[in-house]
Amino acid sequence: MELTNYLYLAVILFALGATTVLLRRNAIVVFMGIELMLNATNLALVTFARMHGDITGQVLAFFVMVVAAAEVVVGLAIIVTIFRARRSASVDDANLLKS
Amino acid sequence: MTTQTLSLAPWLVATPLLGAALLLLVGRRSDRWGHWIGVLASTATFVIGLVILLAMLALPAEERTADHVVTTWLDAGGLSVDLGFRVDPLSMTFVMLVTFVGTLIHVYSVAYMSHDRDRRRFFAYLNLFVAAMLLLVLADNYLLLFVGWEGVGLASYLLIGFWDHRLPNAVAGKKAFLMNRVGDMGLIVAMMLMVATFGTLSFAGVHEAASGASQGTTTAIGLMLLLAACGKSAQLPLQAWLGDAMAGPTPVSALIHAATMVTAGVYLLVRSGPILEVAPDAQLVIAIVGTLTLLFGAIVGCAKDDIKKALAASTMSQIGYMMLAAGLGPVGYAFAIFHLVTHGFFKAGLFLGAGSVMHAMDDDVDMRRFGGLARLLPVTAITMGLGWLAILGVPPFSGFYSKDKIIETAFVGEGWQPWVFGFAALLGAGITAYYMSRLVFMTFAGRRRWSGESGGDLPERHPHESPALMTWPMIILAVGSVGLGFFLNAGDRLVHWLEPVTGHTEGSGHHEPVLAVPVIMTLTLVLVVVGAALAFWQYATRPVSTEPPAAPALVRAARVDLHQDDVNETFVMLPGQYLTRSMVFADRTAVDAGWLGLAGGIGRLGTWLRGMQSGYARQYAAITLGGLGVIVLVVWLVSGTAS
Repeated sequence: MELTNYLYLAVILFALGATTVLLRRNAIVVFMGIELMLNATNLALVTFARMHGDITGQVLAFFVMVVAAAEVVVGLAIIVTIFRARRSASVDDANLLKS
Repeated sequence: MTTQTLSLAPWLVATPLLGAALLLLVGRRSDRWGHWIGVLASTATFVIGLVILLAMLALPAEERTADHVVTTWLDAGGLSVDLGFRVDPLSMTFVMLVTFVGTLIHVYSVAYMSHDRDRRRFFAYLNLFVAAMLLLVLADNYLLLFVGWEGVGLASYLLIGFWDHRLPNAVAGKKAFLMNRVGDMGLIVAMMLMVATFGTLSFAGVHEAASGASQGTTTAIGLMLLLAACGKSAQLPLQAWLGDAMAGPTPVSALIHAATMVTAGVYLLVRSGPILEVAPDAQLVIAIVGTLTLLFGAIVGCAKDDIKKALAASTMSQIGYMMLAAGLGPVGYAFAIFHLVTHGFFKAGLFLGAGSVMHAMDDDVDMRRFGGLARLLPVTAITMGLGWLAILGVPPFSGFYSKDKIIETAFVGEGWQPWVFGFAALLGAGITAYYMSRLVFMTFAGRRRWSGESGGDLPERHPHESPALMTWPMIILAVGSVGLGFFLNAGDRLVHWLEPVTGHTEGSGHHEPVLAVPVIMTLTLVLVVVGAALAFWQYATRPVSTEPPAAPALVRAARVDLHQDDVNETFVMLPGQYLTRSMVFADRTAVDAGWLGLAGGIGRLGTWLRGMQSGYARQYAAITLGGLGVIVLVVWLVSGTAS
């Protein structure tokens, strides 16, 4: 199979993730969109590693996974806390930093 | 000279400075005895000067010049300036003049200022002046000289405006200070040129290097030094402040604005002789300035009715003589200093006499309301009379020796110069005789015009002779006016004494005046007698009106100082004001408006950009994504065109 197909898949997944982030209000769904974008990137990285016969891309993908795992933990904790405090998980409601 | 004697030199400056500091710091608590501290400091300085002078007299001429370096003052890269004192015949001449006349005037002031609440402050300033003046003449480099130069300017400002509760006095002080500033700028520029060309400011270094410098440089330095001298010595075109400076107490006029400070310019030029030596053009300009000023002052002096302003104009004119002599080269230096010393004595004496007259006349200065005072103020009349004979140049009074020498020297040279300078100096002597005789006759001779009996509406006055503290300084100065010229001239004493500084001035063989000396002397005396006789006829034998009579245009112009203030205001002050106003306008409309507009634009841009901070996280995400898209597009396009 052509390796470029993986890249097309990665682009599609990334676009899906980005659209989710931009269009959905629910913080959990936005979060899922972000995860989708990260994994699309991972796919692209692994594909590039394969194309170039170089391991760097795979190593980078591992880093992204680790960071994503940490991010999920922190992000979910924040979302839950905001939901408890404000009874809402909508990202549009969380604009307190704007004076 | 022994190091021990030499190390006394800094104390010449420190003693009066300590006196001033003490009087100013202790303040009102020293009101009762402060003036005696001032007199003591001045006297002690005179004694120190005398000790150094006696030590110097014991030495052969070539060993009389010595530098005493206390410490390095400034050390900045290639330039190093010492805190050093130059002790030589020229500086010691000034030290003796300043401290001797200064001490006498201190004593005089004790009585003259006895009714003034601020007598202590007055003495503090007098001491400050003596310290600054001695620093000026003792410095061994131009920068330290400049410190003294500014110091005397400050003391002069403080003392002219001493009675600053009266507005004209405060204005006069400011005027003197500002005009001196213009001259100071000349000295600063001269020092810049010295540092740039010679890399040093010490007299020794600059004077040695001057002979090797280009004539353009030395001429520029010479002209800048002349500008400085014009400011301090009230020479054209910076002469306008001296008349107004008479607003200060009379002892100040005697000490600062007649005997010592105003001669600082002459000192500067004589001290810078080696530079002027290689700048003949600058020398010529100095001589021209001196000539013009001596005539200017003399003409103004003829029309003034204010006794102090007449003396001030006379001072200006006499310093013009000194400048003329200083511009004539080494032949003239010694005579410039000679006239400076004798003038210091007789002019201080005349001013103190004027102060004594004012004391008797309830501080009136209008000579048209004097007259017939000789019998009531005998000591004042006799001492002023001796000073008058001295300034006229009547032999054997001191002015005869010094002024005649200058007139003779003015006739030395080639081409048109000796004729112009010589006859101008000669004419000046005649006019001097007229206005000084006018002053003396209006004050002491003729009818009494000051009391009610003369028919006017003047207040009743009871003139009385001044106390002994005032008359004794006048008597001593009068003795100096009589004998000093003869003493210093005997065997060319002062000329030989100054030779280590001014250079060898002998060799009269090739310095022969274009007219024979006896002819010059006779002409001078004839002119003096004519001037004095004219004044006698006008002011002693005929009645003098108490109001200034109608007069021809020249006299009216001279009454207002030949329109010097109008000229300054028209050609300097108004253009300056227009310049500053247009600068302010340009600053507001162009510079300020430009930068304020820029700042306003950035502020509006910021306000607009702030609108993007909506608080919606999804909008930020969209902007981020859009930005990413733009970056990808740009990279793609750029790499596409590159490949």
